[in-house]
Amino acid sequence: MSLMSDFPILGADENGKRLVYLDNAATTQHPLQVLDAVRNYYTCDNANPHRGVYELARKATDIHEQARATVARFLNASRPEEIIFTQNTTEALNLVASSYGMKYVGEGDEIVISVSEHHSNLVPWQRVAGARKAKLKYLYPGEDGRYTGEAINEIITEKTKVVAIAQVSNVLGLVNPIDKVVRRAHEVGAVVVLDCAQSTPHMKVDVQALDVDFAAFSGHKIYAPMGTGALYGRYDLLEKMPPYMSGGDMINQVHEYKTTFAKPPRKFEAGTRNVGGEAGLAAAIDYIESIGWETIESTEDRLMKLALDGMREFPEVKIYGDDSSAGRKGVISFNIGDVHPHDVASIMDANGVAIRAGHHCAQPLMDFLKINSCCRVSFALYNTEDDVKIFLDSIMKVRSWMGLGS
Amino acid sequence: MDLKSLYTQIITENSRATHNRHPVIGATNSLEGINPSCGDDITLQFKVENDIIVDAGFIGTGCAISQASASLMIDLIKGKSVDEAKHYIDIFFGMIKGEIKEDEVIDELEDAAALQGIAVVPARVKCAVLSWHTLEEALEGKSGVSDHEASENDDAGSSYEEDGDGLSLN
Ligand SMILES: Cc1ncc(COP(=O)(O)O)c(C=O)c1O
Repeated sequence: MSLMSDFPILGADENGKRLVYLDNAATTQHPLQVLDAVRNYYTCDNANPHRGVYELARKATDIHEQARATVARFLNASRPEEIIFTQNTTEALNLVASSYGMKYVGEGDEIVISVSEHHSNLVPWQRVAGARKAKLKYLYPGEDGRYTGEAINEIITEKTKVVAIAQVSNVLGLVNPIDKVVRRAHEVGAVVVLDCAQSTPHMKVDVQALDVDFAAFSGHKIYAPMGTGALYGRYDLLEKMPPYMSGGDMINQVHEYKTTFAKPPRKFEAGTRNVGGEAGLAAAIDYIESIGWETIESTEDRLMKLALDGMREFPEVKIYGDDSSAGRKGVISFNIGDVHPHDVASIMDANGVAIRAGHHCAQPLMDFLKINSCCRVSFALYNTEDDVKIFLDSIMKVRSWMGLGS
Repeated sequence: MDLKSLYTQIITENSRATHNRHPVIGATNSLEGINPSCGDDITLQFKVENDIIVDAGFIGTGCAISQASASLMIDLIKGKSVDEAKHYIDIFFGMIKGEIKEDEVIDELEDAAALQGIAVVPARVKCAVLSWHTLEEALEGKSGVSDHEASENDDAGSSYEEDGDGLSLN
């Protein structure tokens, strides 16, 4: 059964037209359960958490802390205090880079990232490397877009202090071998920073089973409001890290010339938090868990296979990365002959299909693939076989408008 | 006009047309125009003699609309005076903004008038105007790279530079 009815924006308009939304890797739509949770917070529970002694402030504080516990459960963190709320993945990764990276990476040390990183897990590390006189090194995939154990073992050395990598690339859509990365990184004493922005929407992410040191994700890619997200950090690491931003709420005591900081996670949560958004984030996680990973994965895997099989029928369609559906989550990036991705996306838009076109905030990967840009179709739990069929029909339309094929 | 007619009539044909896609020997003006958010990248070159644009061409990559727009613009300005070219730029921007609607005026743009239809896809307006903005700036004497959204630090060689404009790590 389709879950589309939970998502008002995906319903038909007054002309009976509906949006075929296949840009879920950029951001997902929101179910009523999430919208209601946000509305309910502002209708019944809004006050400044941690800053009032009255009943309403206690309620807001409870919602804030319950949302933290829900995120901890979602990632299987060993305790809620390992979850720091952020605006999104970008802020979570910047927090690690600024606080951990600027302190614990030194001159001559190495930072390893993959060439398929999103700019948000790349530019912060360029800056750390530059400021700390450390060396930034790249892990490259094979022809099939997959990272091998040999490449991982070779690039991570005794000098490596940080390895930052996405669990699933937002362009290639392939699940990276994080077990191999973690084994090698921990062997040399490096920490692993995992960008889960594209894995959390599609699979259970268990930070303890993965044994990563930090993990980041965005609420808006898992059906929660924009401006929500979290960083998971191992508690002993969070304890020894300096604050990221400073000001209200992150302190223990402030004197004219001296301040003591609060314990994690509050040490990293300066200022009034987005509690309404967090209520929505917790509701989104409840929604995902009520459907269950088994259902979500089987639905999305079926759509993925259907799309890949259909796309392979067109000789002009080039798919980036291993074109099998095994070990692939959420996204397929492609080009259609020499048609520019923006033309593809505009023509699909005219057919009611929303896909992404561009460099996907992964310019070093575009250079590596020797392309300027590409198209990307990405799925969520509410997509249907009909969506895939309309998408494949739209490829036909692009070919005919642009004079390709017969 | 709908998107389909826009594409089929002019764009497909022109973006594949190669007659204006070449560097200009002895160019007096050369400017690269970039739309960083979508990757359109056009280097426009032309040669002015006695105030007449005697030759013009472009090289670069981009979508069909940006490429066709560049080619149509070059068809129009070649052999014209600098002032006439500026006049066409004004009409083109006026047409795109919807401030100029009179057919007699728009027809001065010849085949480039077809780009009036870009109004149906606001997201693509920046593709259509890239080459015209680049021409406008090149006529004002600007050269090098014209990037409206950002600037980068090209200071390679030094180990690390970061300032308000960008960073460079080497
Ligand atoms: C792999 C990956 N990392 C990081 C991000 C950044 O996420 P946000 O823009 O929500 O901070 C994204 C999405 O845009 C992404 O796909």
